[in-house]
Amino acid sequence: MRLAELPLRAFLSEALVPYEQDEVTRLILDTHDLAAFAPVSHLTVGDFRNWLLGDDATPAALGKLRSGLTPEMVAAVSKLMRNQDLILVAKKCRVTTAFRNTIGLPGHLSTRLQPNHPTDNISGIAASLLDGLLYGNGDAVIGINPATDNVSQAIKLMGLMDDVIRKYDIPTQSCVLTHVTNTLEAIEQGAPVDLVFQSIGGTEATNSSFGFSLSTLQEAQDAALSLKRGTVGNNVMYFETGQGSSLSANAHHGIDQQTCEARAYAVARHFDPLLVNTVVGFIGPEYLYDGKEIIRAGLEDHFCGKLLGVPMGCDICYTNHAEADQNDMDNLLTLLGVAGCTFIMGIPGSDDIMLNYQTTSFHDALYARRSLT
Amino acid sequence: MSKQKKSLVTENVWRVLRQFTDARIGLGRAGISLPTHELLKFQLAHAQARDAVHFPLDVKRLLKDLGESSAALPGQSPLLLKSQAEDRLTYLQRPDLGRSLSQESLECLAGLCRGDSGEPSVAIVIVDGLSSSAIQNNAVPMVTQFLRDLEEEAGDWLLAPLIIVEQGRVAIGDEIGECLGASVVVVLIGERPGLSSPDSLGIYLSWGPKSGLSDARRNCISNVRPAGLSFEHASQRLLYLMREARRLGISGVSLKDRTQEVVIEKTANNKNFLTD
Repeated sequence: MRLAELPLRAFLSEALVPYEQDEVTRLILDTHDLAAFAPVSHLTVGDFRNWLLGDDATPAALGKLRSGLTPEMVAAVSKLMRNQDLILVAKKCRVTTAFRNTIGLPGHLSTRLQPNHPTDNISGIAASLLDGLLYGNGDAVIGINPATDNVSQAIKLMGLMDDVIRKYDIPTQSCVLTHVTNTLEAIEQGAPVDLVFQSIGGTEATNSSFGFSLSTLQEAQDAALSLKRGTVGNNVMYFETGQGSSLSANAHHGIDQQTCEARAYAVARHFDPLLVNTVVGFIGPEYLYDGKEIIRAGLEDHFCGKLLGVPMGCDICYTNHAEADQNDMDNLLTLLGVAGCTFIMGIPGSDDIMLNYQTTSFHDALYARRSLT
Repeated sequence: MSKQKKSLVTENVWRVLRQFTDARIGLGRAGISLPTHELLKFQLAHAQARDAVHFPLDVKRLLKDLGESSAALPGQSPLLLKSQAEDRLTYLQRPDLGRSLSQESLECLAGLCRGDSGEPSVAIVIVDGLSSSAIQNNAVPMVTQFLRDLEEEAGDWLLAPLIIVEQGRVAIGDEIGECLGASVVVVLIGERPGLSSPDSLGIYLSWGPKSGLSDARRNCISNVRPAGLSFEHASQRLLYLMREARRLGISGVSLKDRTQEVVIEKTANNKNFLTD
């Protein structure tokens, strides 16, 4: 109730992480658009919820509001919302992006084809890749998590995906989910880089524990744009996030993990990404204990991302040390489908044999499409 | 019976590609959904992976296996330590406790003399992590391989006593390395078990270990097991990282693994059936 009475304006004058100490705070406050904030500037957090659910909050109005919202405002209001509120408002947010195809149109659910292999064996990856393509998977991106952080290996995987996409003329893009500095090196070496990947967090300290700063991301975005590989759009970045990463890196400044997560979306949106997804259950029970917590976090993350204008997808997933199973994932998949989630993952039989966790399968995507239409 | 089954489930002819991967490809479908036998197989695998998390490390057996191995172990017998997490449930919910040694273990470790011979010393720390079976099945052959390769290396590496930790997380290695005054700490830890790989071993390296080092300061070699990255390759890669860490005086993201990927080169010229 105290939170509900707090004026939204308070978040502009009281930085939760000091401005002087944190470049993410500086990014948030320096890029805040007061004019865009005007329609809700007089509201408390509680009334902001009412406004979002009301008929004035049309898709167009929400689109204009984005640059006037800070992640702290969005995280605060999400805490007062029930699951159905998170779904209803997220559904009204329109975020479309493009590279070789357009992603995020209403009534569309895209998938990232994730053909990981524990030793990056090329034939093994190709086998999973074909399996996914046959189920119509991979329109968001074909994205491989390499087994090792190695530039030459990343370049080989980029070459494989580029060959397949060009040979079969597939309207999609590829990405090797390696560290941003590796991708920069790959670009320098002339590798066919469509999207630059990086895991990001909501504080400068989190990001430096990941080994990069905002200027690294800027450099990478510029490098990828210079390749001019997009045909229908220029969104060249792909980010992953997840509640708990700042806490895990002891870089949270005493802030709760959900607010830290929303701040990561402020980082993301600054670099006009094609795709962003929360890897919601990957972090494990240390941070999200069971299926119920994972489901709630998935809905919060999707809502916060969409409201801030990020093309938000979700890796609907769990690990074997969490109290969760396939039924929990079915629930979250269905709820996020209703909420208009931008994209989900696609893995053969839900089993990622490299990262050792379970996410949505090619079959699951077909279930979602059929049950939601 | 089988005739009826055929008509209910659409089999996937590309299942033959399973020769290239353990991934669950070519599952077939009932309508658009998983066929019943695949659904049940998945649920059984999940139950087994859950067991791998909760099954405790058999330390006695590990010591016996180490004793029987051909590894050129350091003179002192392995030291057994515990984290501050007292049981599995605490361990799962409180990663911070898994990163620090219990008071008793700290005292036990303080009893060991610090390496002060001037040579860079290596501390090998075996930690149960999230899969005791990873340690039980793969720690001894990995240590054996590594010590053999280390002996052949003219690097003047001095070995600290072997350490075994129960209910530990990766970062506990940094605390241990710091206590020992080691130049580099190598942590062998049970990775979170997957459905198809319940016994995957992870290896983490920190140069100049001390409590509170961030993840960006560690290098990782993952999925070490006979069906994944072989002990030989893991050992070579680890030695490479150690040499580089020593040369540069740092580990982590600024230390790139530039070993040409051996596994990938097995498929000549990286050809595959999709593009050739």
